[in-house]
Amino acid sequence: MSTIENQLVTVTVNGRTYERAVEPRKALSDFLREDLELTGTHVACEHGFCGVCNILLDGQTVRSCLLFAVQVDGASIETVESLAAPDGTLNALQQAFNDNAGLQCGYCTPGMLMTAKEYLDANPDGGTDDQIREAISGVLCRCTGYQQIVESIRAAASAGKGA
Amino acid sequence: MEIEQDPNASRIAGDTAPGDAGLRWIGKSINRVEDPRFLRGEGRYIDDITLPNMLHAAIKRSPHAHARIKSIDTSKAEALPGVVRVLTGQDVKEHANPLPSFSMNPGIQHDMIAIEKVRHYGECVAVVVAENRYIAEDACDLIEIEYEVLPAVLDPLKAREEGSPLVHEALGKNEAYSRTFSFGEVDKAFDEAARSVTVDLYWPRSTGMPMDTNGAIGDYDAGTGVLTIHANSMNFTYFLWLIAGTLKIPSAKLKIVPVVAGGSFGSKFFMHKVPTFAGWLSLMVGKPVKYIEDRVTHIVNNDHAGSDRRYKAELAFEDDGTFQALRIDCVDDYGAYLQFGVGTHGNALSQICGPYTIDHVEYSLAAVLTNKNQQGAYRGFGAEVSNWILERLVDHAAHDLGMDRVEIRRKNLIQADAFPYRTPTGNIYDSGNYPGVLDKVLADFDYDYWVKYRDDARKEGRHVGIGVVASQERSVFSSTEFWFWFDEPAFSPTSSPESASIQIEPTGQIVVTLHSQAMWGNSPETVVSQVIAEEFDVDPTSVVITYADSQHALPGTGPGGSRYTVMVSGAVAGAASQMKDKIKRIAANKLEAAEGDLEFRDGGVGVKGAPDKQLSLSDIAMMAYMFKLDLPPDMESGLATQWTYDHPLTTLPNADRSDLGMFYPFVGHAWHMAVVEVDPGTGRVEFLRYSAVHDAGTVVNPKTLNGQIIGGTVQGLGTAMLEEYIYDDQGRVLNENFEHYHLPSSMDVPTMTIGHQETPSPYTAYGIKGAGEGGRMLTPAIMSAAVEDALSPYGVRITSLPISAEQIVAWAAGD
Repeated sequence: MSTIENQLVTVTVNGRTYERAVEPRKALSDFLREDLELTGTHVACEHGFCGVCNILLDGQTVRSCLLFAVQVDGASIETVESLAAPDGTLNALQQAFNDNAGLQCGYCTPGMLMTAKEYLDANPDGGTDDQIREAISGVLCRCTGYQQIVESIRAAASAGKGA
Repeated sequence: MEIEQDPNASRIAGDTAPGDAGLRWIGKSINRVEDPRFLRGEGRYIDDITLPNMLHAAIKRSPHAHARIKSIDTSKAEALPGVVRVLTGQDVKEHANPLPSFSMNPGIQHDMIAIEKVRHYGECVAVVVAENRYIAEDACDLIEIEYEVLPAVLDPLKAREEGSPLVHEALGKNEAYSRTFSFGEVDKAFDEAARSVTVDLYWPRSTGMPMDTNGAIGDYDAGTGVLTIHANSMNFTYFLWLIAGTLKIPSAKLKIVPVVAGGSFGSKFFMHKVPTFAGWLSLMVGKPVKYIEDRVTHIVNNDHAGSDRRYKAELAFEDDGTFQALRIDCVDDYGAYLQFGVGTHGNALSQICGPYTIDHVEYSLAAVLTNKNQQGAYRGFGAEVSNWILERLVDHAAHDLGMDRVEIRRKNLIQADAFPYRTPTGNIYDSGNYPGVLDKVLADFDYDYWVKYRDDARKEGRHVGIGVVASQERSVFSSTEFWFWFDEPAFSPTSSPESASIQIEPTGQIVVTLHSQAMWGNSPETVVSQVIAEEFDVDPTSVVITYADSQHALPGTGPGGSRYTVMVSGAVAGAASQMKDKIKRIAANKLEAAEGDLEFRDGGVGVKGAPDKQLSLSDIAMMAYMFKLDLPPDMESGLATQWTYDHPLTTLPNADRSDLGMFYPFVGHAWHMAVVEVDPGTGRVEFLRYSAVHDAGTVVNPKTLNGQIIGGTVQGLGTAMLEEYIYDDQGRVLNENFEHYHLPSSMDVPTMTIGHQETPSPYTAYGIKGAGEGGRMLTPAIMSAAVEDALSPYGVRITSLPISAEQIVAWAAGD
């Protein structure tokens, strides 16, 4: 097996710019978790089907397990660690999940939150329940049965309107 | 009937009587205290943990279901830069013992790595330890193995026949176990009943499939000889010496640290192989080793496939719909090993007649071994299967009689004045009001409206169907279900305790230590916080919760079998009672008041009716730690208590097993009603209405209980409509990833309404009953009933799961 040289990647994650030399084959999810120690992004299938590893890449959700780290050179990424205030105070979306039992084991939650953020950024009034269900249909949750996640996202939209 | 309680059974030590209406915090929908760290991405799951100098392991999986290993050449793998060690079955044979098993069958040996022969597709044949996971997986591809492929034993019926290839030669046959239990006069009841229905039913193999797979990190300290294993499972702290036995180390040198898990649903219930494996690898290489299943490995190698059962089931009944007797004959395909014996059938016998008055039951089981991944636990532990069987039989009886499906059920319900109710098997139902739950769901659902709606829709050519099902939810297992199958069991434990410790620090901070698995999607910390708030009148969010490692753990069984909320509440109530006794003695001494005049209020203790005579918990704790001379003269320093709470209501089976005893006695009850519309062209099933009412005794937290009900319901929906492991004719799993094994998505599921009735248990702390498996007990039955009703123009009778879209289209096309 031939050795391939590491490549330099410059990427902004949650507002901070990192420069790292990485193996070209390293998945973005592993890069975030291992090289940047941002373990909030989880992997569950490493196959692109469950959406648990969803992050925002230049504002759009992507499966971080399906990208190589070298592909995000120059890009801006947001992960679950970007949501709460520096003192740990939950943002409105996170608080809505807490208030409405939108999580149980919490493992899909980072992917679910980033997907919900993308949806609410585009649909600040929350849209219909069917639209919410469609928006999160690419993220699998095995605990909740989704109903309280839908309620959480709706509540976050309502909280946003009140603010 | 009267129940004689074993004088050795646990007494509830809390000050609050079951069902006490004066509860302040139990029953409130407080937000889960676990949530914030998970919402911030700070959950610290097993794969988030990194130890210094840690190595990574990946396994080489067998591509064959049944094969003899002729040779393994690891030289190329070992030569790959970054590879530290490659280990095979020979290393296991030399350095480890077989994995623990409760099957009590010496002919069925299970090893961490297959020795000489593989018995299922995906079984581990070698492991690579390397500097990172990428290299470990590369090296797995470089291992060269020569197999002699053997005929795969896949059909459990053929596996029982003489001359079948053997999964375990040492066993000498593939039928590991068979027995018939008979309760009452079954043959006579069938002979005398006016009618009976007989149905052949099939329940497919699926699995709990948590998003977070099973994982562990072994960390051997050569200096102290202590092996620390961080693992996302820790059930049965009193059986962990079995893991030390596999590893050939003294049990006192084994320390398992429980780590939160991203879901279990059974797949992490007494999960021993993965932690044992990680610990062994660390012992072998002398450095920390992380082993995390990837998704494919989890699917084909996790030891926790769900039930895979073929049934012949019969129900005898009268012309007016009165049930008389039940006869069930089951062949269960357990796969290659038998780690829990036939406990999943023992479980089913706790509520085999459901909520109905049936006095005569026969239950036959053949547990068969095949070349498939072995069964373990999956939410319901077999009782969800038997509920589907029973409800299918009831629907067939209603169809046979032309009787309404609600009315035939109502006619046979156990009445509210019959509790405690002894079922034919000997298990007890502690309390209930089943007609009350039915009335509540009928009112919420508006059954008559939907019957008319369905009938009108049918006239328009639409395929609308209604499902109505009931279920018991037995909670809090005792240990007898694992061995009452045997007349002379080799090992017959009767304990299933849970423990809690409370310490109040000098600052007044209450710290509770739990003694089994850390949170895995349930809400142990919220439950405990609410119980502590109840007992001490403190803010529940102020309570600090920690988890003991196995070296410090008191007896703990962990979550499973809908037991944890009941048992941990009892444990905390017991420790709180002792703590309150000590606090009262200190306060009475200091305040010169009688203990009986004291009450816990506002985060402290004070004299009733005297607002100024009060001490804070910090005042008390300061005295307990710093001011010995202020304590009552015979009292020692410190402010810590602990309580081990045993199963409060369990008895032994009798000698001839005509009475299995009380082994699963806190029994909840539920009804679900649903309306679906089926598109016969695409097979899509859409929900028009879904209503559920549950009675889980005293509700601790309605919001989290609703979450368990919805989640369980949707998991059952997956079983009913989507999920099934597909094996080809060589025994290979064809759907070993999420592309081909479909979990329900947000587009596949109903929006439910949920109601609660609260009939407290007379025997548990605060009257709580377990509820974690309830949802999954009902959906397979309700989907079968509703889709069958919708497709009644085609004369469809649903007798197997999953009810796939392809199947629906085929039925509609007349295939």
